[in-house]
Amino acid sequence: MKSLQKIDIVARDLSDEVQKSTYLSSKAKTEKRMAILQKDFPEANRLREIAGEIKQHTLEHLDQYLAQAEASLKANGAHVHFANDAESANATILKIMQENGAKRMVKSKSMVTEEIHLLPYLEKHGMEVVETDLGEFIIQIDDDHPSHIVTPIIHKNRKDIAKSFEREGLGDYNDDPETITRRARAFLRQKYLDADVGLTGGNFVSAESGRVSLVTNEGNARFSVAANRIHIAVVGIEKIIPKDRDFSLFLNLIARSATGQQLTVYNQFINGPRSPGQPHGPEQMHVVFLDNRRTEVLASECREILRCIRCGACLNVCPIFRQAGGHAYRSVYPGPVGAVLSPLLAGNRFPELADLPKASSLCGACNEVCPVNIPIPDLLLRLRDKAKREKATDAMKGTPSLGLWATLCSQPAMWKTALSMGHTMNYIPTELIPHPSARAWQHNRKLPKFQGGEFRKWFRNRPPSSK
Amino acid sequence: MSLLHTPPNRPAGKSIQLMTTCLCDAFYADVARATVEILEYLGCDIELPDGQTCCGQPAFNGGDWKSSRKVVRHTAKVFAGDKPIIVPSGSCAAMIFHGAPLAFEKESDIEEIQALAARTWELTDYIVNGLGIKEWPGKYEGLITVHRSCHLRGSNSGDAITTLMESIDGLELGAMDEKEQCCGFGGTFAVSFPNISKKMGDLKVENLTACKPDAIAAADMGCMMHFGGMMDKQGNKTNRLHVAQILRNSLQNAGLL
Repeated sequence: MKSLQKIDIVARDLSDEVQKSTYLSSKAKTEKRMAILQKDFPEANRLREIAGEIKQHTLEHLDQYLAQAEASLKANGAHVHFANDAESANATILKIMQENGAKRMVKSKSMVTEEIHLLPYLEKHGMEVVETDLGEFIIQIDDDHPSHIVTPIIHKNRKDIAKSFEREGLGDYNDDPETITRRARAFLRQKYLDADVGLTGGNFVSAESGRVSLVTNEGNARFSVAANRIHIAVVGIEKIIPKDRDFSLFLNLIARSATGQQLTVYNQFINGPRSPGQPHGPEQMHVVFLDNRRTEVLASECREILRCIRCGACLNVCPIFRQAGGHAYRSVYPGPVGAVLSPLLAGNRFPELADLPKASSLCGACNEVCPVNIPIPDLLLRLRDKAKREKATDAMKGTPSLGLWATLCSQPAMWKTALSMGHTMNYIPTELIPHPSARAWQHNRKLPKFQGGEFRKWFRNRPPSSK
Repeated sequence: MSLLHTPPNRPAGKSIQLMTTCLCDAFYADVARATVEILEYLGCDIELPDGQTCCGQPAFNGGDWKSSRKVVRHTAKVFAGDKPIIVPSGSCAAMIFHGAPLAFEKESDIEEIQALAARTWELTDYIVNGLGIKEWPGKYEGLITVHRSCHLRGSNSGDAITTLMESIDGLELGAMDEKEQCCGFGGTFAVSFPNISKKMGDLKVENLTACKPDAIAAADMGCMMHFGGMMDKQGNKTNRLHVAQILRNSLQNAGLL
C-alpha cells in the first residue's frame, strides 16, 4: 500500500528474530523496573513528580544555572566551552586535540556525540577514536547505529556479534558471551593505554559544585578518564541540576528506570582536572555544553521533553518500539522520547521527521514510567497538530481526512440521517465500502453490525415502568 | 499537566447527562442500553441530549485539532448545564476531561471547555468514586479477563472495574500477562499503522484468551471493536462484553432487574 507510514513498513519487514529479541528484552526490563521502584519507594509516583518538577524548574531558569555551573567548573580548574551547534562542538573538540598534539581518543558512550556525528568528523581529521562501551564498540566495527538509548545493540544477537569479531580479526568464530567480552576487553585495554584523550558524556552536572556525574555498568567511562592527559565531557545544556543533593534523587531514578538496578555499578563524580596534590587523573578537563537547538525546544510548546534523563524506560515500555525497533525512528533518539525530540532538534528539517509523533497509539505507558514525568503523549499530540498546520505531508500519510467528519459531527440532523442510512453498510461487501480507511480496517478485522439509531429508539420508546 | 488525571471536585449527583459515544450510537446499542439500566438501577435520573454526536477524538488524535475543536464546541453546546456527564468509555471520557482542554490551550473559549471537562466521568469511575459503590450486587458465573484500556490510566477506572467485578458473586477474574500493553487501536493509529496495530492486537488477544475465559470485558468499545474485530476475522468466538453489560447481566441473573 502506497500510503503506509515508514515506521509501519519497518515493522512489517523486521525479521522475526530481531523483533522478538527487542520485544523480550524490553519486556523483561519493564517488569523489573516497575517492581524495584515500587519495592524501594512506597510513593514511587510522587518521586517521579518531584524529579520532574526539579528538572522543569532548572529548565525555566537554565541561563542562571548554566552560568553557575560554568563558574563552579572554572573554579575547579576545568575549561568550559559553549557550542551552539554540532559543527562548533566538533570543531572545539578537534581544536583541543590539535593544540595538545593528541591523536588517539577513547570514548565512553554518549548519545550527544551521536547527535553531532563526532566520530566521522574526528576520523576525517586524522584522529583515531575507539568506542569503549561494548555495545557501542560493536556498533562501531559494524558501521551501524544504536537502536536503543541504553542498550544500543538490542537488535543484535551473539551470533551476529561473533561474526563481526571474526571479520575484524578478534579471533576465530566464537559466540560464547564470556569469550566475546574477554576479547573486547583485551582489545580495548590497549586502546585505553595508548590514548591521549578520554571523551565522555555527562549524565548530570551540578550547578552548585560543577560536578559532572557519569553512570555506567562497564566501568569504561572511568577507564576513559583515568589514564589520559585530557578529559573532555560533552554535555547537553539540559543536563544541569541545581544542587549536589539532587544527585541522590536522579541517580536512584536513572538506574531503576534504565535497567532495574538500584544504582548502576559505577557512579562517578568528576570535579575537575587533577589538582597539584593528586598523583592521578587528567591534567586538563574540558566541558563542552551543547545547545544544538535545545534553546529552540525550550522556547517551544514541547519544552518538557528537555527534562529527559535518557534512561530509556519509555522505549522499553512502548508497544510501538517493541514491534518496530529503534532503527525505525531514523534518528539518534528512538522510541517515544525520540518521536518528540528528534523532529524538534531537526529544526527546519522538521517535516522529514514529522511522521514520528504519529507512531504512537497514545497509550500513555511512556508517561506512566517516565522518571521525570514527561507528558509524552501530550507532546506527541502537539507535534501532530504542528505537522498538520505546517502541512508536513508525510506525517499525514494514511490518516483519513476528517474535515467532512467534523461537519457531520456538528450537525445533529445530518448525524442522525447518517445513523439511519448507515444500515446499508451491513449489506454491502467489504470491497465496495465507499471509504478507503473502512476498507483498510477490514483487511485485518471485521466491522461490527451497524445498529445506528437503535439505542435512541429504545430510550425514547421504553415503557414508563422501566423509566 | 500530566496525562489523564481526572479533574478534581467533579459533581457526583444522580441527576445526570449521558454521553452515549458515537460507537454505541452506531454499533453497540446494547452497551448504551445496559449503561442506562444500571444507572437507573442506582437511582439516576438520566437526560440524553438529543444533539450529541461524537467527543471529537478521531480528529484530535489524527492531528487535525481545528476539526476536533469544531466537534468539541458542538459537544459543549449540546451538554450545557452543570450535571455530571457520564460516558461508558474511558477513551471518550479522557478526550473530554483531558484532550479537549489541551486542544483549546490557546483558544479564547477555553473556560467553557474546562467547565465541560470538570464534570465528565467515565462510567465505572463515577459508580465507584462518584457514588461510592464498592460492591456490586447480583450474580455472574464465569471466568472473565479484563482489558485495561489505556485511557483508563490515571482515571482510577482500572481499579474501579476490578473493585466492582471482584465483588460480584460467582465472578472470577482471570490472570493475564502484560495487562499494561496497549491493544493497538489508538483511533486513526490503527488505520495509519496497520501492521503494527495488527501485531499489537494479536498480542493482546493472545494474552486476554490465554486462561480460556468465558468472556473478555472492557470499558472501551473502541478497543473492543479493534481486537474483537480481529477475533471475528480469525473465527475466535470468545464472548466479549462491555463492563456495563456484565454489571447489568449480574443484576438480571439475581432477579434484581
